[in-house]
Amino acid sequence: MEGVLHQVLSGIANGGIYASVALALVMIYQATHHVNFAQGEMATLSTYIALTLINAGLPYWIAFIATVAVSFALGVLIERILMRPMMDAPVLASVGVFIGLLLIINASTGWMFDYTIKTFPTPFPGGPMLFSGYVSGHELGATAVTLVVLIAVYLFFRHTKLGLAMRAAAFNPVSSRLVGIRVGWMLALGWGLAAAIGAIAGMMVAPIVYLDPNMMGGILLYAFAGALLGGIDNPLGAVLGGFAVGIIENLAGAYLVGTSLKLTVALIIIVAVLVVKPSGLFGRTVLNRV
Amino acid sequence: MVPQANTAAPNMMRTAVVAVLGWLVIALVPTFLFSNYHLFQLTMVVVYATAILGLAILTGFNGQISLGHGAFYAIGAYVTAILMYQYEVPYWATLPVSAIVCAGFGFLIGLPALRLGGLYLALTTFALAVAVPQLLKHNVLEPWTGGVQGLVIDKPDPPFGIDISPDQWLYLFTLFVAGLLFLVAWNIVRGRIGRAMMAIRDHALAAEAMGIDIAMLKTRTFALSALYTGVAGSLGAIVIQFVAPDSFGIFVSIYFFVGLVVGGVSSIWGAIFGGIFIEFVPNVAESISKAAPGAVYGIILIAVMFLMPGGAAGFCKSLIVRFRRRSKSGELRPAKVGDVSANNISAAAGMPGGAGPDAGGSGSL
Repeated sequence: MEGVLHQVLSGIANGGIYASVALALVMIYQATHHVNFAQGEMATLSTYIALTLINAGLPYWIAFIATVAVSFALGVLIERILMRPMMDAPVLASVGVFIGLLLIINASTGWMFDYTIKTFPTPFPGGPMLFSGYVSGHELGATAVTLVVLIAVYLFFRHTKLGLAMRAAAFNPVSSRLVGIRVGWMLALGWGLAAAIGAIAGMMVAPIVYLDPNMMGGILLYAFAGALLGGIDNPLGAVLGGFAVGIIENLAGAYLVGTSLKLTVALIIIVAVLVVKPSGLFGRTVLNRV
Repeated sequence: MVPQANTAAPNMMRTAVVAVLGWLVIALVPTFLFSNYHLFQLTMVVVYATAILGLAILTGFNGQISLGHGAFYAIGAYVTAILMYQYEVPYWATLPVSAIVCAGFGFLIGLPALRLGGLYLALTTFALAVAVPQLLKHNVLEPWTGGVQGLVIDKPDPPFGIDISPDQWLYLFTLFVAGLLFLVAWNIVRGRIGRAMMAIRDHALAAEAMGIDIAMLKTRTFALSALYTGVAGSLGAIVIQFVAPDSFGIFVSIYFFVGLVVGGVSSIWGAIFGGIFIEFVPNVAESISKAAPGAVYGIILIAVMFLMPGGAAGFCKSLIVRFRRRSKSGELRPAKVGDVSANNISAAAGMPGGAGPDAGGSGSL
């Protein structure tokens, strides 16, 4: 029983990371109906920026804030330069651009920061494990940071005028434009926010899995699965989905098949759930008008 | 919109003659003029083009998005390799087996795909692509698959004592099989079944109202698509003479998808351009930058998407339309059916990705 508890707790810690990346995916999906395949690589790049800043002697939290700001700017830039010209292009062409972006960022991080695996510092006290040894200080801290981010995003969208404008731009671009919302900038802002959230997720996961250019590859897949499990049009659902994927993955790895097949089993379970509930556990079922 | 039935027959004859002549040129010129290495590259182009054609049938013509066709490619390759290595079946006899096995797998994957649309289907197929290499490595299958080491198979010799090198023979053999598959696909897509596929893609509910059995057609399209990609995998295994789980990672699926988008999603011949792209562009990228070839590849990919959002096929079609309009600008010509479909490409391409929740919703209606 204690083993199960341990697996669940460490699943929650992993799930927090998936949840934040899933949230970043959902943000871009809600605004643009695209799934950003490059989200993971963008987060990895941000993490490298953070490491560079920390190695340059900045205190952790200053570097943290600077990285989030830089990532936000990068996200806005990518939307302005790469996605804007593709606005009227077929969706699959945009997917092509996403894959291109993924390759570019992946290769450039490898080229600039080399492919060796690096350790990444954690701001949380290591010390003795908490909860009678089940959760490390970093895992607890990372989960807390994730929750803070989620709540902040929720408050931003619910209770600020800008958040309302962004939701409006995503919900009905034409009407939003008519009431004076600058829809294009709202999209760019959405990209910026997603990049910033991804950066935080990257900095939180790097101490656990170590930093290399392909760090986020698997994580992006889990996050995608989590987002779909919860419902891609529902931020809260995506977050819960992310946590669920983390727990399922850990339990499957520990009790069902061992680590070599745990990714496969996790995905099969998710697909099975989706077959029963095709728009995700918390997703809105969209009715087609004929 | 009067169908031009009276001119169709001689036109078709001429097209057929041109096609056969063109085919002969494509077959013979490289065979005797190219070095073995270049011939190998060209053979791989044909293999990839066939694999992408399978994806095009599914995604382009039927609107079911797949990010996991590398799985079918892997299954096809392994069926051939296992038959040749463990049971000493001749290489050509493995192709029908591989076709049947892959079509079976495709049919099975097509069943859950009935409930899932857009992104959800993308995830399902992606999961498949992730799972297959792991399963191939797994201990239970090791007696057949050779585990992580993979299997090495022999290069087939030309039959009947024909005096050409094995590479030349492989090229001709691959080209023959691929040509057959392309011809069949071309006929399916132009015919009743192809129209039904496209009707489902463009408006599933309306298609159903017209009497199309959506479940049957979608699962069979999936099977057909898997068959194409699986046979391509078999050919690829014979050409490379080696299979291992790590050469069928998720990137294979991604590259097929890239080839599809670059070639033009709902086009039979775009697949050839896609094959050329995924075979040669990595080399080009490597020659431009040794340090970060991936970045160059990405830049080329984005540049292609910027210049030709409809892929190479869409680009060619729009050029032809523009050229015709200019040369016949005086006449008031009714739009031909073919011209309309050129415009539909963007709509079709827009559908699978964008309609994620919608497609899910219509499933649970």
